[in-house]
Amino acid sequence: MAEKLPGGEPAPGRVITISSGKGGVGKTTATANLGLALASLGKRVVVIDADIGLRNLDVILGLENRIVYDLVDIIEGRSKLRQSMIRHKQYDNLFLIPAAQTRDKSAVSPEDMVRLTDELRLDFDYVIIDSPAGIERGFRNALEPADEVLIVTNPEVSAVRDADRIIGIIEAAEKGPGKLILNRIKIDMVNRGEMLSADDVNDILGLQIIGIIPEDELVLSASNSGVPVTLHAGSPAGLAFANVARRLTGEDLPFMNLQEKRSLLSRIMGFLQGA
Amino acid sequence: MLMSKLLNRFLRRRRQGSSATAKSRLHFVLQHDRINLPPERMDEMKREILAVLVRYLAVDRDRVEIALEQRDRSHSQLVAELPFPRDNPAHGGS
Repeated sequence: MAEKLPGGEPAPGRVITISSGKGGVGKTTATANLGLALASLGKRVVVIDADIGLRNLDVILGLENRIVYDLVDIIEGRSKLRQSMIRHKQYDNLFLIPAAQTRDKSAVSPEDMVRLTDELRLDFDYVIIDSPAGIERGFRNALEPADEVLIVTNPEVSAVRDADRIIGIIEAAEKGPGKLILNRIKIDMVNRGEMLSADDVNDILGLQIIGIIPEDELVLSASNSGVPVTLHAGSPAGLAFANVARRLTGEDLPFMNLQEKRSLLSRIMGFLQGA
Repeated sequence: MLMSKLLNRFLRRRRQGSSATAKSRLHFVLQHDRINLPPERMDEMKREILAVLVRYLAVDRDRVEIALEQRDRSHSQLVAELPFPRDNPAHGGS
């Protein structure tokens, strides 16, 4: 159940939209992992795939063969909300509302999304919306009901530029300021001066960073198997996503020390041990 | 051998790599994105501003600097440095 207020009434859940502008930076991966990580903290979570026509969150969560109804079915009244949500295999407090695969963005309006999430808020602590890439209708649908927006970006010129564009739109819609998830950081490249650092991106975009996710091969394995990295013990990216989830719940948590692992000292140690 | 390798790695950390280029390119492109004024149009505007100014002031064209500065995401400002001599021959000339 949603968390109780002192008065005994359940506090309405928060709607968090995951956006990016540019495609392929890790929105769906972030949505799946944050959903799972929050569920593992005992929160009741529903994740919504708002990328109509390009359904993906189901496969990342390993739930693709359980889909009967989708977001458009719910909005057009062909299915009841309860029966349309797909329960996660491992966490029974995590649910998925999949995107429709055979329709397009115009099948859903921003008002539809507000109505749907207002209903979901009553039963869930977190409603997480995976926004489609771009700045068109699909993004507007995902943005309208948001209490908070997380912007996923990579340390790459084009991704940061698109993030800036999205941040401008989010602020114009009075949904700002939003927080950044910087995905796919390779700390050794940052150290060599060949990759933008978290500080660089923070300086350029002027937005608070809520997560720094290291590049991790396990993310691909995880998408192959449909078991997101937060469920892999020992995955650096999984741990970083779990930390973002804890920060979302209000915990004041320092960033993982990516640096320490490859500090000069440990390099020397590595050298000596390797030699 | 080991030491020279270590030294190399250490020195490489200090050198500016392509990330510095990425950062300056981003600063440039975002400045123009944010005010929705592409660099070409910006140059055109500067030329026009200057054309107006020289009708009134003997501005030293070579030392004129008109630059876009960003205070924060939603506030940019044009900062102009337009040196001209105290004894202003352009004045009253028109």
